[in-house]
Amino acid sequence: MYGTRVTVLGAGIVGAACARELAQAGFDVTVVDRGGAAAATTSHGEGNVLVSDKGPGPELQLAQLSRRLWPEVLAAIAEGSARGAEAAAAVEWEPKGGIVVATTEAGARELSAFAAAQRTASVRADVLDADALADAEPFVTRDHTAALHYPDDAQVQPAAAATALLADALATGATLRTGCEVLGALTRGGRLTGIHTTAGRLGTDLCINAAGPWSGDLAARLGAPVDVRPRRGDVLVTTPLPPTVFHKVYDADYVGAVGSSSEDLQTSAVVESTRAGSVLLGSSRRRVGFDDRLRPDVLSAVAAKALRLFPGLAGVPVMRAYGGFRPYVPDHLPVIGPDPRLPGLWHVSGHEGAGIGLSVGTARLVRHLMLGRPTEIDPAPFRVDRPAVLNAAAHPGSEETV
Amino acid sequence: MTTRVPRHVAVVGAGPAGLAAADAALGAGARVTLIDSAEQPGGQYHRMLPDAYDAAHPERLQHGWHAFDRRRRRVLAHPHCTWLPETTVWALERPAPEETGPPRLHLLRGPADGAGRTRHTLDPDALLLAVGAHDRVLPFPGWELPGVFTAGAAQALAKGERVVVGDHVTVAGSGPFLLPVAAALLEAGSRVSAVLEANPPSTVARGWSRRPWELAAQAGKTGELAIYTSALLRHRVPYRTGRTVIEARGDGRVEEVVSARLRPDWSVVPGSEHTTAADALCVTHGFSPQLELPLAAGCALRTTAAGPFVDTDDDQRTSRPEVYAAGEITGIAGAPAARAEGAVAGWIAGGGDPAAPAVRRLRRSRDQGRAFAERLARAHPIGAAWPGWLRPETVICRCEETDYASLCRAACDPAGASPRVAKLATRAGLGPCQARVCGPTVAELHTRLSGDPADGLPVAGPHRRPIAQPIRLGELAAPPEPLPHHAPRTPPKKESSS
Repeated sequence: MYGTRVTVLGAGIVGAACARELAQAGFDVTVVDRGGAAAATTSHGEGNVLVSDKGPGPELQLAQLSRRLWPEVLAAIAEGSARGAEAAAAVEWEPKGGIVVATTEAGARELSAFAAAQRTASVRADVLDADALADAEPFVTRDHTAALHYPDDAQVQPAAAATALLADALATGATLRTGCEVLGALTRGGRLTGIHTTAGRLGTDLCINAAGPWSGDLAARLGAPVDVRPRRGDVLVTTPLPPTVFHKVYDADYVGAVGSSSEDLQTSAVVESTRAGSVLLGSSRRRVGFDDRLRPDVLSAVAAKALRLFPGLAGVPVMRAYGGFRPYVPDHLPVIGPDPRLPGLWHVSGHEGAGIGLSVGTARLVRHLMLGRPTEIDPAPFRVDRPAVLNAAAHPGSEETV
Repeated sequence: MTTRVPRHVAVVGAGPAGLAAADAALGAGARVTLIDSAEQPGGQYHRMLPDAYDAAHPERLQHGWHAFDRRRRRVLAHPHCTWLPETTVWALERPAPEETGPPRLHLLRGPADGAGRTRHTLDPDALLLAVGAHDRVLPFPGWELPGVFTAGAAQALAKGERVVVGDHVTVAGSGPFLLPVAAALLEAGSRVSAVLEANPPSTVARGWSRRPWELAAQAGKTGELAIYTSALLRHRVPYRTGRTVIEARGDGRVEEVVSARLRPDWSVVPGSEHTTAADALCVTHGFSPQLELPLAAGCALRTTAAGPFVDTDDDQRTSRPEVYAAGEITGIAGAPAARAEGAVAGWIAGGGDPAAPAVRRLRRSRDQGRAFAERLARAHPIGAAWPGWLRPETVICRCEETDYASLCRAACDPAGASPRVAKLATRAGLGPCQARVCGPTVAELHTRLSGDPADGLPVAGPHRRPIAQPIRLGELAAPPEPLPHHAPRTPPKKESSS
């Protein structure tokens, strides 16, 4: 593959992870972003590396692959150079484990059935009785009906994770072009041969659409639309506290909210601390396009749900809030693979709220698919030509672009 | 017969601009809700330019006070005014793009450190922002030591609490604010060792002497400067130009300061360093407008040599429908200009006739104030070479203790150079003050170091704070309560509020 030019469109964590894997495989990689690297969705999330919120199926397989790869990838980056060691340390890899708490009887029944199914797929999910929960999280509500501990859940500082992956790609020979917006595809004989950008034309052999929530717009510009839409989320950040929250703690509603397709507001409590001592409080899900207006009622709902889990936090000040857009696909599965309508174009997107965690497994999958090698998990469920992805494709095929 | 329902104007900030705005809006027949985080109106009135000159000058202070006090009483006693003291606007909620009108205000009422704050919302017909500015201080080695004050804080301590900040106080930085601060310190009983203006006499003189007709319109200001200068002379305080403090040293608090001669671009003249004993240091490099609420409202900014300010038209309208701005957020021009801006904004926001002769006079007075502000900015610019006195270990963000070397590393890594990503990596600006102190400095340094890298969506500007003031989780979780005297869109009740 030496010399094959791959252009990765999007320098978020998925693009960065792909750039790294492909540069290591010998591709000639260029990463292009309209803004700055890791500056949009990647740096507006919580940094989840989760297996706990996924039921058996292809996404869980991707999550398990990613969870296995994360420590290996960070170790490899750290061993590469002194800069790499610094970058890997800044990722703040924290295999802290997750704790899921149900507060209703119905929630407890659902949670235990969900965990039983997960265990058949080799997910570790340990039941915590009231004492064990109080030991693990002394400040969590006593008013709960069930609690499970997922030792394999982890957390990273997402922008630093993307920076480490991208810097490693650049050190391996990839190039980065920021502030460069894609305007359209250059094609010849029905095959993509390059892209037309605000910085001029860029010839390429393969092109990866890794533009996260903007993947739908970008795909349409390239003449091969896919149904990836933005789904907004908001996070509250408290002032720094002494150690108060020790795991990623969320309520059992979270799994339902993640899996829902409603346009309306879905909130569920996700509470965790960062190394700096701040507590991050999520989460919300709304389909409002790219509307980035602050919605105090949403923040209020997030706060109320979080206080149900940690009533003792009522007096803690929130000092900032941030919101971002997740790349949402109607069937809640990532889109990973070549676009059969436009040879040369690949889509790697649609990870919704799990892109940070799933990035490294996704990138490994892309590398093996591009090289024609056997893959560690079945890529078929993520293929581009499935109904949920191509529904938006009013005009399949490409247009000749000047 | 139909009665005209008066317009409802929400005025945020009860300093000189906000109070004048409330007064004018009431005069235009509007109903006014006046909001301030303090217990009393006045804002940072005594700390602001150029009324700051009045502070150490009793009869001027009294004169200013009487006018202010008359206005304060008139506004607060007005039957159509609701005064909301100890109230913060923690968020502004913009309407949907297809809707017109100002954003919804989200308020917290009650003492900031009290437990009983309540949450409210307010939907006025017009929003008038007059939230003012705060001190800007450039970092230098040792500026995080106890005993280093912003000039504004030192003056507030001296004037408000009569605190003697030290027996060997150095006042340093740039701008005419140095003089009243020094005078206030002297009055409170501190001993001031020296006042150091970083700009050389040539720069200061060029700023003050150009276009003298503008200065004539602000009659008295140069005379006031002379009064302060004579106060310094009386106390034998040396006033030096072209010199500044480049380091503060001490074991646990300030014990000595190192000053140095500066070239016009503020590069340090090698060998000119001089160390003096000091137990306090007061520093000012001008003022930063408080832009979080204007940005939350969606107001466009204009970029000036002195930094970004809210862009307004001739009637103080911002780029957003029914959102007006007055005072220091539109430019650092001092209390008289702020009052004039406030009065224009309040009159127009309240539904007054834009062609009224009184408004024409106010606009003129405002324009003279703005010309004066430009003169100040020209006379006391921040020299481009100031980062020369930073060292790798110099703290830039005091909340998170981020040093200069970390900023340099982040800015020079192409994979992590976007401002938002660099902020998360260095943590500069993420602490309790939410970049109010270091934000403009970090933004400036980052741009210089990285060559203005592409940012994310949305752009991580140093003034962007969607949560404008901290709010406790319990307060946020509770639903908003109705505000007293605020039945929506109905004529006001005939009762005065306290």
